[in-house]
Parts: sequence; C-alpha cells; structure tokens
Amino acid sequence: MPRPSALAGVVLGVAALAFAVSLLDAARLSDARQPARDERRALVDKLGLTDLALFTEARYTRHPSQADLHSALQDHPAAFDHFPTGALLAPPPHLTAPYASLAGKTASPD
Amino acid sequence: MIQLSAVKKAFNQGRPNEYWALHGIDLAIEAGRVTALRGPSGSGKTTLLTLIGCLARPTSGRVRLRGEDISGLPERFLTEIRRQTFGFIFQQFNLIKGLSALENVILPAFPTGRPRAELVEKAEILFDQLKLGHRAAAKVEWLSGGEQQRVAIARALINDPAVIIADEPTANLDTALAREFMAILEGFTAAGKTVLLTSHDPLVVESSAVHRVVGMRDGRLVDA
Amino acid sequence: MHPWLEKQRHLIDFTLAALARRKAKNIGLLAAYALLVFVLASLALFTQALRKEAGFVLAASPEVIVQRMVAGRHDLIPPGYLDKIGRLRGVQKKEGRLWGYYYDPVVSANYTFMARPAEEVASGSIMLGATLARARGLQLGNLISFRSYAGKLFSFKVAALLSPDSELLAADLVLLSEEDFRAFFDYPAGHYTDIALSVANPQEVRNIAAKLANALPDSRPILREEVLRTYQSIFDWREGIVLTVLAGAILAFALLAWDKASGLSAEEKREIGILKAIGWETGDVIRMKLWEGVLVSLSAFLLGFVAAYIHVFYFGAAIFKPVLQGWAVLYPSFTLVPAVDGLQIATLAFFTIFPYSAAVLVPIWRAATTDPDAVMR
Repeated sequence: MPRPSALAGVVLGVAALAFAVSLLDAARLSDARQPARDERRALVDKLGLTDLALFTEARYTRHPSQADLHSALQDHPAAFDHFPTGALLAPPPHLTAPYASLAGKTASPD
Repeated sequence: MIQLSAVKKAFNQGRPNEYWALHGIDLAIEAGRVTALRGPSGSGKTTLLTLIGCLARPTSGRVRLRGEDISGLPERFLTEIRRQTFGFIFQQFNLIKGLSALENVILPAFPTGRPRAELVEKAEILFDQLKLGHRAAAKVEWLSGGEQQRVAIARALINDPAVIIADEPTANLDTALAREFMAILEGFTAAGKTVLLTSHDPLVVESSAVHRVVGMRDGRLVDA
Repeated sequence: MHPWLEKQRHLIDFTLAALARRKAKNIGLLAAYALLVFVLASLALFTQALRKEAGFVLAASPEVIVQRMVAGRHDLIPPGYLDKIGRLRGVQKKEGRLWGYYYDPVVSANYTFMARPAEEVASGSIMLGATLARARGLQLGNLISFRSYAGKLFSFKVAALLSPDSELLAADLVLLSEEDFRAFFDYPAGHYTDIALSVANPQEVRNIAAKLANALPDSRPILREEVLRTYQSIFDWREGIVLTVLAGAILAFALLAWDKASGLSAEEKREIGILKAIGWETGDVIRMKLWEGVLVSLSAFLLGFVAAYIHVFYFGAAIFKPVLQGWAVLYPSFTLVPAVDGLQIATLAFFTIFPYSAAVLVPIWRAATTDPDAVMR
C-alpha cells in the first residue's frame, strides 16, 4: 500500500495543478472572450445603451440607472416589492440626490 | 546506570486532595540487569517507573541517568531522553487502535525523522524475532492479547533503547504467555539491555530471568 | 531526504491514517467543506466577473443622459429643449433618444423598443435581440406583428438579429426606425424620451451637469460615472444578499467544523498521551494536528475553487444565475469573461484555511501540554 502522505501529495498536487490551470485558463479565456466583449462595448457606443439587460421583469429594473423615481415602491428602501429583483435592488443614489436640494436653503429668495 | 536519591513525588500538591505517592526513595539500578519492583497496588511502583522513565519529574530529590541529573530538565529534553534511552511496555499495551501493528511499532521513531524504509526494515526484524511477522499488516484491535503485547514490545524496541520499562507486563497474560514473555526478557539481558519492571506476579519476581527484586510499600522501599 | 522533511512526512502519514479510521465521516466533512467553498467562490467569481463586465462595456455609454421631470415624474423632452442645451460649452454632441417599453402578452415579457436612424433600420423592418428572438422563435426574414398600446396592429419584418454575444446588453431590444417608433407608440412629433450628451473632456462632465441643472431646472442629468457606480453597487448588493442568505449555512458549517475539529474525544486524548509517552514532543503532536487541519482545509479550498471556476465560466453559473438575476421572462444567455481577483482569492483562501486549522489546534494545545505519565495511571 502506498504511504498516506504520498497519496495526499498526489491528491493535493493534482488539486493545486487544477487550481493553477484554472488561473491560467482564466487568462486564456479572458483573451479568447475579449473580442466579443469589445463588440458589446461597440454596441453600447453605437446605440447609446446605459444598462445591462439582466433584469427584464419590470421597467424600473430593466434600466436601474435611468428608472423613474416614482415607480412602484422603488423610492422607499424598506418597501416590499412584487418582484424579487426589486427587493434586492436599492434605488441608485444619483436618482435621489437631485431632491436633496429641496430640503436645504435656496440660493435665491423664494 | 540510574541513581535515585531522596526522591519524593506528590500529586495535587497544595490542594485538599494532596497525595504523596513516594516518600524518599534511594535506589541504584544497575545496567544490563533485570530489576523488578514488587509491591501491592498503591505502593508507588508505577509512579517510580514514570519518574525513572522521564514521563514525570519528582517533586523533590534527584534522578541521575548515567551520572547526569535529569530531574530538573525541561520537558523538551526529557522527551528526547525518553525517546532515545527508554522503551515502554505498558500494562494496557496502549496501542493506537485502527492502525496496523507495523504502524504502531514505528510510531516512536517518527519524531527522529529516520526514513520510513529503514524503520520498516527494523520493525520487520523485530517482528521476526517476536514471531509476529504474519500479523504485521493486521489492525491491532484484531490481535490477541499476547500478540498485542508483542507489538507493544516491538514498539518499545524500535528506537533501540538502553533501558526497557515494563509496567505489570504479565497482568493481562495467561501463564503460557507470561512464560513466553519471560523468555523474551532473557533475550533483552542477552542483548545487554537494562530492564526495569513492576510486578506482583510470582511467576515474574521468582523467575531466574529477574536478577534483583526491590520491594515497595506505601511509597517506601522495603526488604523484598 | 532531509530528516525534517522525513519527519513531516511521518506526521502526515500518521494523521491521515488516523483520519482514515473514520473514512465516511471525514470524507463527508471534506465534501461539505468543499461545497461551502464552491458556493462562496462561485458567488465571488460570478459577481466579480459581472462587475468587471458592466464596468468595461458601460464605459462606452453616453457621458450624460438628460431626462426631463414634470411634477416629479419622468416626462418627454419637448421640441426646442435640445436647442437650449446646445448652447452649453463643452458639449460635443447632443442627440435626442427615442425608446420605451412594450409588453408582449404572447410571452408575457417586456421589450425595450428603441428608434434608430432610417439608414440603419428601414421602415417596416426591425432588428431584434437574440434572447427575444429565441423566446418568440423568430428567424431572419420572419414577419412579426405587435399590437400597439392604441390597439392597432403593426407588422414588421425581421431584418437582422443582434449578435448572441451581446445578449447581456440587448436581450430584449427591438430596434426600429424613428418613423415606425413614433407611429407605433403615437409618439408626439418633435418629442424625445431623453437626451444623450457627449462631452469631450471628462473633467468637464460635472460642470456641465451643474450648468444643465441651472439652465434647465426641470432636467435630471444622469452621469456615466453614476451609472457605473450604480452597477458596482448593484453587484455588491446582490453578493451581500446572497451572502446573507448563505450566512445560516456558513454558520451551521462553522459550528459543525468547530465541533468536529475542537471536540476532543476521550479516545483522542488517550492517544495523545500515548504518543507523548513513547517519545513524541508536544510540538510533534501539535504539528501532526496542524497538518490535519491544513490538509483538510487546503484540499477543500482547492477542490471548491476549481469546481466554482468551472461552474461559473463553463456552465454559466447555472446554480446561482436565477438568484442573482431575479424573476423575468427573458433571461439572456451570456458567457462571462473571467475576472479573477488575486485579493479575492487570497481572502477566500485565508477564511477557509485559517479558521479550520486554528480550530483543530485549540484543544490539541491543551491536551498536548498535559503530563505524559497520564497513560500509566
């Protein structure tokens, strides 16, 4: 019977090799998939897209960066939502920022 | 070989259950001979073995090994002396369950960093001497009592120690096996090893293989 | 071999032989451990790749989008609005955009309609995102009818399909000519959905946004950097949510591992006593256990990570996609470009290997420092 340490050495060696291969493969795959990504960037540039089409269930999740602040429940962080995505997505800070001025002093007399 | 002077040992010192196991032992153990400590249980003979075998330190008094005082050494050094000089055969054998006889035998040599091939070779020689060669690969819990003790003996010998310490070696053996053990004991003497054992088994203490019997009672030496 | 190395090999031999005594239990533990690493690593790799992807492709989106607000609601850009912006210095290009949503009852999905110049898409024809085409079973040259919100039926010819490589961005896109767009939605002439501005100097973007807000108080400028930041935080958010959901499982495993690693049975204690009695130093016992912890946790980490890598980049993170994507009809199929972050891996490695190894050591330390004469008593 082989020594347990030899066995462990082989197993760990193979695992470490697979780990190293995965890192090398990551580099290879990045290069291989880069042209498709460049194409995506070109499409963004051409169509003027602003968002990923990851969450298409509702209009305020389809374009989170553009969404209407007054869409369903979106402006209250503790609000529940019909869609799971809505429960996972906070409204982007820049969409609430313009209203901050309404709370402060105005520059000109009202 | 080993000199003890005014050795005392207390357990739980300073607590209500303080207990003095040894009350001042003076003893010299000669090299190359078999010395037996005889006494009833609780007489302190096992405690004395642990002090001589560097498993514990005396509360007071001195233990000298080949003239060197070992009673005050830090644990690291005690462990090294124990590994190099002493081989232990415990009453309960104290083998590691789930491992093969061979694995158990070479265990004490692991910290030395000797190559495995060398250890296995040495273990095989010991197995042959102890007529245990056919059981080397068996797990220790599958072995009979006599076989287990021979594995324990082989383990005690793997580091080639000068002193063998055996605590009640025949307590778990029948007469035939006990006689076999005594034969092995004679082999130790022939090989020039010093043996120190405890026993109250007449078969052991009255045997011709034992050169000297030291009586003990209540933590003191008595005339045997 | 060097005695030190040989000794470590002996210690590894022993600890593995000891583990092998409870093969099923220990392999089960390793499997559960590797599974946990797999889940965490999948999550980390997936969200990191998405973050990188969003950051890379959206870097080409317009610098500023101007929306008009009426009574706090997003409204159409009226005629003449564009000209007012035109006078802002630093704006290189301005373009009124036309886009909107259309609900298709056939597959119960929302599409994004977007108008394109006539030279790109001829009147009467459309270009489709690949996900949408798949959902409706459309091929190049097919005819498709949509009933407009006004109730009229419009037929279009599929003139082109967008590349399947772009599904992540264009899953639900329907590109049609401006003329068709206005007719289909009854969009008032001269009005636009919003305005895209190109700014030559990126340093100027904030100034221009401020000027816009001053000149057109009813406008809401959305900067590209804000969009990019939004996407970074969306995936942080989602990673966090999944981690929160997983926290229970992580905790349960931590308890299990702690119990397994730190609970020292009487049997094990006795064995440590035996080892010490036969000449092992306290340090040897601890090193032996340390090897156990390191071997178990390192193999769990390596196995879990490699499995996660394959899962995310070759199987499209099939297990987590639904959780991370939410609830929709049109799921874009996309392959991610691996973005492996060294720090992320190091963090994961540290938090999987270190605690377990430490948990293994704690009780051993106590047991190994007891007197070796215990075995004689």
